Amino acid sequence: MVQRNILDPESEAAFKGDLVALIPHLRAFARTLCGDAAAADDLAQDAVLKAWDARSSFQMGTNMKAWTFMILRNQFYSEKRRSWRQTQLDQDAAERTLVATDDPEAPVALDEMRLAMGMLPSEQREALILVGAGGFAYEEAADICGCAVGTVKSRVSRARRALHGILEQGAYDRDGRSAGDAMRSILADAERLSGPR
Amino acid sequence: MTDQAPREPKLESEASLDEARLRQQAIGVKLRQMFDEIVNESVPQDFLDILRRADDKGRVDG
Repeated sequence: MVQRNILDPESEAAFKGDLVALIPHLRAFARTLCGDAAAADDLAQDAVLKAWDARSSFQMGTNMKAWTFMILRNQFYSEKRRSWRQTQLDQDAAERTLVATDDPEAPVALDEMRLAMGMLPSEQREALILVGAGGFAYEEAADICGCAVGTVKSRVSRARRALHGILEQGAYDRDGRSAGDAMRSILADAERLSGPR
Repeated sequence: MTDQAPREPKLESEASLDEARLRQQAIGVKLRQMFDEIVNESVPQDFLDILRRADDKGRVDG
């Protein structure tokens, strides 16, 4: 049953402000789901519009970020069911976009990371992104994905192991780079970023 | 007495555990960096336009 409580102008403005502030995060989540940057922005725009249309059913005071991520994710999977032979497309699109930004001067590690992420099954990828980069607790990620907390935990740990394996072996498709280079540059980068403790 | 003997293998496995932890940490840092890079991009105007349009529509509809 849908509960309709019309928002007063003040709450509506507050809701809109919060929604606008979430747009960058929705774009990032969409891109990790789609791989393709243009398709990701279309998806994120649809999600923003859906969230806006559903504003009166949002429980003020609850986690709006999780709510909008759930809307985006549902949108992604319903489109995927409708029209895509996703596994192949996912992979192709990811590789196309990810390699398209190839710049010989760019730091190696980030590229390799994107390619490696693109090789994970989508349910592992989304779990790892939500928990590892999106700042969600396992419980919140479980709500967003509509699965049990234990499932999220096991997906995250499988994703981490798989990512490590891919990076370690250089199993992503890329010519001219020897195995282990990606992991080495990621380690070096992490050291540089975290700085002296 | 012989409590020195088992120590070395233990240290070795601790070292490889530390190494694995270090690698996972590095992957975590990189993952966040990848995500944050997109978060920090400027938002395309389209996004603000669709909200403005939705807003106008709402007002006209009453």
